Amino acid sequence: MTEATPRLATYPLTRERAFDPPDELARRRAEAPVQRMTYADGHDGWLVTGYAESRAILADNRFSSRPELLHSPIPQRGEFRREPLTPGFFIRMDPPAHTRYRRLLTGQFTVRRMKQLEPRIHEITLSRLDAMEREGAPADLVESFALPIPSLVICELLGVPYEDREKFQRDSAVLLNLDSSIEDIRAAVQDLYLYLHGLVTTKAKDPADDILSGLVAGGELTAEEIGGVGLLLLIAGHETTANMLGLGTFALLTNPEQLALVRDDPAAVENAVEELLRYLSIVHIGPTRTALEDVEVGGALIRAGESVTLSLGAANRDPGRFEDGDALDVTRPAHGHLSFGHGIHQCLGQQLARIEMRIAYPALLRRFPNLRLAVPAREVPLRSNMAIYGVHRLPVLW
Amino acid sequence: MKIKADTGRCVGAGMCVLTLPEVFDQSEDDGTVVVLDAEPAADLVTAVNRAVQLCPSGALSVEE
Repeated sequence: MTEATPRLATYPLTRERAFDPPDELARRRAEAPVQRMTYADGHDGWLVTGYAESRAILADNRFSSRPELLHSPIPQRGEFRREPLTPGFFIRMDPPAHTRYRRLLTGQFTVRRMKQLEPRIHEITLSRLDAMEREGAPADLVESFALPIPSLVICELLGVPYEDREKFQRDSAVLLNLDSSIEDIRAAVQDLYLYLHGLVTTKAKDPADDILSGLVAGGELTAEEIGGVGLLLLIAGHETTANMLGLGTFALLTNPEQLALVRDDPAAVENAVEELLRYLSIVHIGPTRTALEDVEVGGALIRAGESVTLSLGAANRDPGRFEDGDALDVTRPAHGHLSFGHGIHQCLGQQLARIEMRIAYPALLRRFPNLRLAVPAREVPLRSNMAIYGVHRLPVLW
Repeated sequence: MKIKADTGRCVGAGMCVLTLPEVFDQSEDDGTVVVLDAEPAADLVTAVNRAVQLCPSGALSVEE
């Protein structure tokens, strides 16, 4: 599906093929990995498509994440810089403010802690597969599998009632929709924030064994800050993995040899997940940073105050880093991809996402060895208008 | 080979533990890096270098 609405943004968003970044990004990468781009507000900033250059910028604290400095290629998001930052929304903070929040959370997301969740994630996955079998084919894999697994896991981890999912999934869809108006975004943020803030207040009175209760008991953050942290983790925790599971399954179904490796060889799964992360690069646009001082990157002099927008998808297919990067090859060494970002903001929940995918893909493919698309591949609706790319629905049979 | 870890820079992403759990761990408290073996065997040099390279915050370095 292609986008019908013309965009003011110069950043290309329409993917010509379901799994590849927009062709224009690859063309630009071949021209120059760092080049000028006009932003939606007229700002003369930069587009970065090279691997080494993207990595260097993400690792460099002279590039800021603060929204008030940011120009955006997306018109509505450009206006959002004038909105007050939600308390505790640390993905949009620089050190030392960022460090304080991150440190309070990293202990909750260690490799060991995430491994301890494996049995529960297995259980959740199997119960979704049982439900699919019970309800019978055809099914929408997004609704019946890809979305519920990470949603259930993040809800349990944070201490958010899963019964409230309709509300938070609706709000988070508004936030991620690149066509949403500033008014709609503001309302969705407010709605979700008030919801989480209310939960935090409840947990102060009636604590449970979950992250939000832990933050309340820790006493280092205000209820307002914990509400914002919760909002960030709730959105980040389910939209991302959900889209990797949906789009990743679609990619495997159209590459049967690769699918067979993931289904039949347990030793192949770990690397296959890294390769799917690299190949699919579901962060559809950005991240965007703003230079705090003049910095030279890839031969370009980025001046203080100028914004740079990265394409993680283009960087992850840079032939200078990944040979034949446009091919899905679950056996290639895929480590070092930038799909979780790099630098101090690198995804806090990445070890959780890895475990969810390592469990879910093979479990699905083994339960339904004849899993196949229920519609022609070109009819699968793609999320070209969302900040996190993927499929809106994936109709399957087995 | 001697591994140096700067826990002040560490952001607890866990890439080192994922790459080489024999050598790296994370603190239970704040998730920052704990080096279990600062002078690992020579056959681990490639994996150690990969862990250093993958570290998102630049908290790890190796002295020859």
